[in-house]
Amino acid sequence: MKLALGPVLYYWDRDTLLGFYEEIANAPVDIVYLGETVCSRRHLLRLQDYLDIAQRLAAAGKEVVISTQTLIESENDVKTLRKITGNESFRVEANDMGAVRLLANKMPFVAGSTLNIFNSQTLDLIAGLGAIRWVIPVEMSREALVSALSKRQSKPETEVFSYGRLPLAFSARCFTARHHNLQKDDCQFKCLDYADGLALKTREGQPFLTLNGIQTQSALVHNLIGELDTLQDAGVDVVRVSPQAHHTGEILRLFRESMEQRLTPAQALTQTEGLMPAASCNGYWHGKPGLDFIRNNP
Amino acid sequence: MRPDKFELVCPAGSLPALKMAIDNGADCVYMGFRDDTNARNFTGLNFAFDNAKEGVRYAHAKGKKVLLALNTYPQADGWQRWTKAIDNAAELGMDAVILADPGLMQYAAKTHPDLRLHLSVQGSATNYEAINFYHEMFGIQRAVVPRVLALAQVEQLMAGTQVEIELFGFGGLCVMVEGRCALSSYATGDSPNTRGVCSPPKAVRWQDTPKGLESRLNGILIDRYATGENAGYPTLCKGRFDVEGETYYAIEEPTSLNTLELLPELMRMGIAAIKIEGRQRSPAYVEQVTKVWRQAIDNCRRDAGAFAVKPAWMTELGKVSEGQQQTLGAYYRPWK
Repeated sequence: MKLALGPVLYYWDRDTLLGFYEEIANAPVDIVYLGETVCSRRHLLRLQDYLDIAQRLAAAGKEVVISTQTLIESENDVKTLRKITGNESFRVEANDMGAVRLLANKMPFVAGSTLNIFNSQTLDLIAGLGAIRWVIPVEMSREALVSALSKRQSKPETEVFSYGRLPLAFSARCFTARHHNLQKDDCQFKCLDYADGLALKTREGQPFLTLNGIQTQSALVHNLIGELDTLQDAGVDVVRVSPQAHHTGEILRLFRESMEQRLTPAQALTQTEGLMPAASCNGYWHGKPGLDFIRNNP
Repeated sequence: MRPDKFELVCPAGSLPALKMAIDNGADCVYMGFRDDTNARNFTGLNFAFDNAKEGVRYAHAKGKKVLLALNTYPQADGWQRWTKAIDNAAELGMDAVILADPGLMQYAAKTHPDLRLHLSVQGSATNYEAINFYHEMFGIQRAVVPRVLALAQVEQLMAGTQVEIELFGFGGLCVMVEGRCALSSYATGDSPNTRGVCSPPKAVRWQDTPKGLESRLNGILIDRYATGENAGYPTLCKGRFDVEGETYYAIEEPTSLNTLELLPELMRMGIAAIKIEGRQRSPAYVEQVTKVWRQAIDNCRRDAGAFAVKPAWMTELGKVSEGQQQTLGAYYRPWK
């Protein structure tokens, strides 16, 4: 299995982000996904900046993929999308069918998880248009994945979101701006204040969700580091770690060591738990509510 | 060429609701079969084959159309359930099927080339590149657009495609992009994409406590009501939560979409159809809402320049709105 780093889902300031990718250039990761996938108002890094980072990471031996914005609303969003899909240097992760249309039969691409590929028929269809890899929907269970893979004709690589707060929903509304009684068009870039998102709890204090601009994430950290053997058995080729404000490099190192069986699943899980902004969940993989956590007894 | 029609598309969760819609002025009704092939998979709702047959007969006899929602994503172990539903739709003479899954669209286009295809709102198409993808690949003729775009954005989208556009006009409001929301499965295991349900009734618990009436979803506290407060169904994005010590509707108020005042603009733009949400609602709801919208559309058609929303219409719609509140939603940009 290969190890991938997902795009940064939060809004970090420019120096933080550049420093982060300096560190990643030396991290034990095979594939790096780059780009702004959440909100077009986040502008501290432009596409050209991402392409520059991509060059640097490629020179360090990483496979680099540019990820497209998930919710494409305006003509400007479409223009940015065209620039990304038209770039001739790097592979693209399509997070909307609009991106698939622009890439189909032109350039090999990665089919992102928000394309909602749940069955072998759709998988074969998208693979036929040029997908060389697909990322399963966050909701998809191990059992459903095994079933889909057993029926497919095509052979794109399978990637699973394996660590990080789950991106659960996208909206036209910005919930971070709403929290500050600001309109989205005048959000004052409040997301910069929440490097790991803004915590939403129930009225009895249970951490439930995380607000990240127009995106809603889980409060808990989806963590499959204790499940690498079941991922492998299910036919998964790539495991994805989603960046967090702190310790991402260490998380990647723990995943790498686990994949190389230098740590047991239980050891790996315990060690990640000291580095996480919240407790673990892994229910989706087990066909349960996503917030459940099932401890895999080795 | 934009269509000169402006269809009123009304919800039919049952045969009585279907008849109410047709009798009160719907141009089309939309329905689902009795299983997880549609996004309103609730007990006691929807149509068995024979019921659907009677519904189609009733509507067609009055010159009206029936659309079938097959808008969940076929799960890997149940593919035949969805293709069988497509075959049944063709056999029943449905005027169109409303689909979200590309694999299923491919099946429908190959197996039943004369069956008209609409792209469901669950397909999450918010831009013309996406809509044109489904048109070129499968020949979809209409797209239902998620309730996330401002009107100006809808107009930009329409400039880039020949596909007819259908918009939501009234009813329950999803604040998330439809098809890209897994909040319900995160909390309960079941979601619109996978099981055709959001915040499913089987996960709901009501509890009277000293602090007030509590609504829970799989144990998660969604809201708590003081004496005298109206308690609403615990749809999880419409609860009150705590963010940085402040308790409020952090995602969305319990409110209904109502775009009546936008009618002249929607007609000018060349929108093909306006959709009323609410297959899970009663025949009385369908009757009330269809009646008001029929009158409003006819008034607007006669003289768009003089069109004004009648207070009586708003009163009637207000009675059936969630939380008795109404909003223009994302069509009105500052809402965002």
